[in-house]
Amino acid sequence: MAMKVEDHAPPPPVGMAARSLEGPRVPWRRTPEGRAQLLGICMFSPAVLYLAALIGVPLVLAFVYAFTDVKVGSASSHWVGWENFRSILQSPSFRQALVNSFIFTIVSQVLVIVGSTILSLALEDKFHGRGFVRFLILLPWVAPISLGAIGWKWILDSLYSVINWVLVALHFYKPFSAPMWLGEPHLAMASVILVHTWRLLPFSTVILLAGLTAIPKDIPEAAEVDGAGFWRILFQINIPMMLPIINVAVLFGIIFTFTDMTVVYILTAGGPFDSTQVLPSLAFFTGILAGDLSQGAAISLFLVPILVIVAYLMLRMAHRAEIT
Amino acid sequence: MAVVETKALTKVFKEGEVGAVNNVNLQTREGEFLVFLGPSGSGKTTLLRMIAGLEQPTSGEILIGGSVVNHLTPRERRIAMVFQSYALYPHLSVYNNIAFPLKAQGVKRELHRQKVEWAAELLGIKRLLDRKPRQLSGGERQRVALARAIVREPTVFLLDEPLSNLDAKLRASAREELESFHKRIGTTTIYVTHDQVEAMAMGDRVMVLHQGHVRQIGTPTEVYDRPADTFVATFLGSPPMNLLENGDAIVGFRPEHLLPIELAQKAATTFRLRVKNTEYLGAEWIVYGAVAGGKFDGKELISRLGSAASFEADQTYDFGVREPDLHFFDRQTEKRTEAKVLAWR
Amino acid sequence: MQRGALRAIGYHAARWAVVIVFAVLLAFPFYWMLITTFKKTADLYTLENNPFIFNLPPTLEHLRLLFGQTSYLRWVTNTAIVGVLVVAITLVLALPAAYALTRLTGRWGQRIGIGIFLTYLVPPTLLFIPLSRVVSLLNLQDTIWSVVVVYPSFTVPFSIWLLMGFFKSIPRELEDAAMVDGLTRLGAFVKLVVPISLSGILTVVIFTFTLVTQEFVYALTFISPESQQMLGVGVPTFLVRGDVYYWGSLMAACLIASVPIAILYNLFLDRFIAGFTVGAVK
Repeated sequence: MAMKVEDHAPPPPVGMAARSLEGPRVPWRRTPEGRAQLLGICMFSPAVLYLAALIGVPLVLAFVYAFTDVKVGSASSHWVGWENFRSILQSPSFRQALVNSFIFTIVSQVLVIVGSTILSLALEDKFHGRGFVRFLILLPWVAPISLGAIGWKWILDSLYSVINWVLVALHFYKPFSAPMWLGEPHLAMASVILVHTWRLLPFSTVILLAGLTAIPKDIPEAAEVDGAGFWRILFQINIPMMLPIINVAVLFGIIFTFTDMTVVYILTAGGPFDSTQVLPSLAFFTGILAGDLSQGAAISLFLVPILVIVAYLMLRMAHRAEIT
Repeated sequence: MAVVETKALTKVFKEGEVGAVNNVNLQTREGEFLVFLGPSGSGKTTLLRMIAGLEQPTSGEILIGGSVVNHLTPRERRIAMVFQSYALYPHLSVYNNIAFPLKAQGVKRELHRQKVEWAAELLGIKRLLDRKPRQLSGGERQRVALARAIVREPTVFLLDEPLSNLDAKLRASAREELESFHKRIGTTTIYVTHDQVEAMAMGDRVMVLHQGHVRQIGTPTEVYDRPADTFVATFLGSPPMNLLENGDAIVGFRPEHLLPIELAQKAATTFRLRVKNTEYLGAEWIVYGAVAGGKFDGKELISRLGSAASFEADQTYDFGVREPDLHFFDRQTEKRTEAKVLAWR
Repeated sequence: MQRGALRAIGYHAARWAVVIVFAVLLAFPFYWMLITTFKKTADLYTLENNPFIFNLPPTLEHLRLLFGQTSYLRWVTNTAIVGVLVVAITLVLALPAAYALTRLTGRWGQRIGIGIFLTYLVPPTLLFIPLSRVVSLLNLQDTIWSVVVVYPSFTVPFSIWLLMGFFKSIPRELEDAAMVDGLTRLGAFVKLVVPISLSGILTVVIFTFTLVTQEFVYALTFISPESQQMLGVGVPTFLVRGDVYYWGSLMAACLIASVPIAILYNLFLDRFIAGFTVGAVK
């Protein structure tokens, strides 16, 4: 099924003559190969230009803003050097947001990987109703993030939480003393992590399932014949063979969680007392709501190191996959 | 080393449909190389997988070394299997591939190196121990698969068409390696293939399967020279045996026995053949012709000759078959019968 | 046979247990949305009542409120319009680009492909601040056109990636045969490759549409007026009057928006997976 990669040598500069079999020199751009390349350039240029304009330019602007004093509604802006960075690094809400971003991402990713590994193994073999089960399992990922988050806000409501009702009914708590899921700092953090995990589990499961089904049936059977039991096959054969795909799922999961502001914005708006603030939500509150674009930009730039690391890891994986 | 037996072994995948394996009774001999031969869909792989424990029989018994093993997992049956794709663990080195069964069976760590090196030495792959499967050629992979199988010193070897993924040239040398391997090890081996050349070359005995039924078990000589029914007769031998219907019998003779009349002394029967096509294969000729005149006028026959004889298209020549080279089958049952009188002369 | 059978039963039971637990945990919020939608307000806000059953008879009052007295339908319409426009723009940009990158450009084309993939990793939460400025400069602020222009920035990389996966699976020989028969490259693309890839294109359409419906940050940043807002932002923002959450209508809104998208998504999931893994791990 793998397509052969076209392995042409880089084309000579346009305009340089190419020797055709018949002898007379033909400009490269007129040769079939040259024409094909030109057509290719024409075909992807619109997309590339569009992306350069809507991603490249704003990216550069983000850096520019971070070093100036742009505010919403201000006409002029001045270079301020590292001032923005200095002031946000001193701000406790920023420090908390930075820490939270890492904690939320790492904890939810661990939960997601463990959960989706278990779930994808359970879903591997066909069974009656697997389609319907898959529909149910995918709901958290497919529903718009904000709507899922609002659903959880209702479930975790301080007064009417259904979870609390059950806890009280089972006599774990007295009425009115059940946990304030979104009102108490540590519980609020746990709630945010829970919602992120809930949302990413389906995505990760689907990817892992694809990885599982890609393992040729022969190999676990050979392991069975070789004497391996269920757990050995799982940990020494299946999971190692799924590692590239697990990596893909993890890296995407990290990006989706680390750069997400919606869950926090809707569940807790960063509260209580900034305890669930994360970098993207803080950037939003600072930049858009409070109007300090340059500080907002500076905050959001702290996302970049993680993105660069993830991008590097993904490229390295893709490169390795190509060699093997 | 053990004897593998099956008693009335049957496998039906879907209720109401024809079984993939029907009522198979077999018994291997100690140390023999037994080939399951048959076209695709004949049930030979299913049969092998049931013996391995990868497939559960619908009914019947499987015995290894005299004990019933139906309820045992593959791991518990002490068999080794080489898959068509070799199923090498891609993420492990050759050394770890071979060591895997030892780890899985709880063999002491200290013994691993010794056993792996022994197996690798046996198959001449010691220098490959640090490589990964993707760095190996097809033939090398086969040897690693065999090393992994032998390292456990199993009582029975099961091989599922291991040569079919190799290209033609490699196949011949790989086949020879398997044969000498078996001579050295002497473990009871069951080998599945659809290639009758492999079956004849390698097997001590050949078991011919068709649609889940055993048609014949015998030595290569027996299945070739005395096929038990028309299926075995036409499946073995290339080009296939010529068959003619005559009354309530079917008469058959192999292309190499359909000779020009000068060579077929005391022919029991002769034909006039109009040559339609000839193929020169270097070492031999294949002549395709149609009978001209007589009871079988128009019937197509194939002859196989070694000489530098020349035949021209559309010419007729006289061919004959000697009495001992004739096979007779009952028209109804298609099974082999006694020689009958030829009633068309 | 007994030991084997017992083990098999054990596996099946464990498997079912895992599946049921996860399915319940993951789908529960939607079940909860369903119940809340039809429960009378009085029932919802009475603490003593068992929330799992209907203590008072079910009602349609939340639905009536949602459709009659809020801008919900407006948001749905806005989102649908934006969806269609963005899908069109995305196809126009992504189809030729994906084809060119798969067939026409060799090694450095692959590098560009990687570059495009990398842009997908640049999140809206990094770009939204500069983009808000750009949007206001272009005077698109507070209109749906702001998102129509900006959304392709994440749907296009994703679509190119998916489409490359589909195009790679079409044997090159088909286009070669067409060109031998007299079509130009471009002709082969339009008349041969595109029709063959229709199912892949449809997959891209569906997933682009779902990406549009799920988006939050840009819509929140660029659009303020209630009547112009998207579904994902309108529901959590405007169905709250002051501090009071109209939970019944809110849950109804969430449910009605989520389920159709989920159904569509499921229908095309297998194709999506094929494209995703081909694109990701190359």
